Amino acid sequence: MTPRAEFLAGVRAEMPILLGVFPFGLIYGFTAIQAGLPPLAAILMSSIIFAGSAQLITARLIGSGTPGLVIALTAAVVNLRHALYGASIAPYVKHLRPLWRVLIGYLLTDEAYAVAIAYYLKTDAETHPNRHWYTLGAGVTLWAGWQFSSTFGVLVGGSVPPALGLDFTLALTFIALTIPVLKDRPMLAAAVCAGAVAVLANDLPFKLGLMAAAFTGIAVGMGLETYAARGQRASESAK
Amino acid sequence: MNDTPWLLFVVIGLLTFTIRFTPIAIAGRGLPPLLLRALRYVPPAVLAAIFVPELLMPKGAVDISLANGRLLAGIIAIGIAWRTKNVLLTVIAGMVALWILTLISMAN
Repeated sequence: MTPRAEFLAGVRAEMPILLGVFPFGLIYGFTAIQAGLPPLAAILMSSIIFAGSAQLITARLIGSGTPGLVIALTAAVVNLRHALYGASIAPYVKHLRPLWRVLIGYLLTDEAYAVAIAYYLKTDAETHPNRHWYTLGAGVTLWAGWQFSSTFGVLVGGSVPPALGLDFTLALTFIALTIPVLKDRPMLAAAVCAGAVAVLANDLPFKLGLMAAAFTGIAVGMGLETYAARGQRASESAK
Repeated sequence: MNDTPWLLFVVIGLLTFTIRFTPIAIAGRGLPPLLLRALRYVPPAVLAAIFVPELLMPKGAVDISLANGRLLAGIIAIGIAWRTKNVLLTVIAGMVALWILTLISMAN
């Protein structure tokens, strides 16, 4: 496919996810205004930091007068999972020029990563030499959707009724992205264990529960994979 | 809040970018096979860690009951996602289910 076709395919793939991102951007906008940030600062934070959960935490902590160092560390911990996304994407972008890799690094959010990695896994470099344009299309679409929705949230303040429960679309989006990848038992166990630990460790500070849950899920998945491989080898050698 | 902590924004922005970019920057040296195996489990683990608490504890405490509309709507959404693999359909079905369940609980 041509760069243009790849880019547009990436845009199309990211579109449905904007539905889940929009309420999240609104929530960030409300939170930042309620925390006392000036509207312009709240809007610009979306392109300077460009990470939803970290922006929410940052706005809340600024509002409560937390020292800057603690805020920066907290935001970094919340974003640590993005290192895993970077490492996951790395093998597919290592041949690209530095500017491309910087751009993809900046655009690598949860929602853009999910769409990009799914495409890298189902296509190969031989038939799709312009796959990075797909990643760019998905990333730029998410970026624009995030800027638009967070700006909208800042401007309309608290006038959308919370009773509509639109924040639930974020969980629904993640459900839609997770369920199709649970193709084998280790994957399923990784998701179930991570979910359980996230619930049990929800009271830990600084979103550490999320990190604990993620690493537990990864460990359980890898453990089961090793165990299954060993069982297979044992049954093969018995024949 | 009298003035904006622009410096803090820039520091967090740079930290965020560094976290995302470093693994990409060092990719040329090749990542250890064990790390690559681990990475396969990142998406299901991280995404489930974010959405499961939203279903089981929407108000901050674990609530496994018919009164928890988000849990029921989430289970319906999981079914739709499993059958259709369609993001938009899953989100719409989940929201409609939540609204219907909320209306039913208000009527009772």
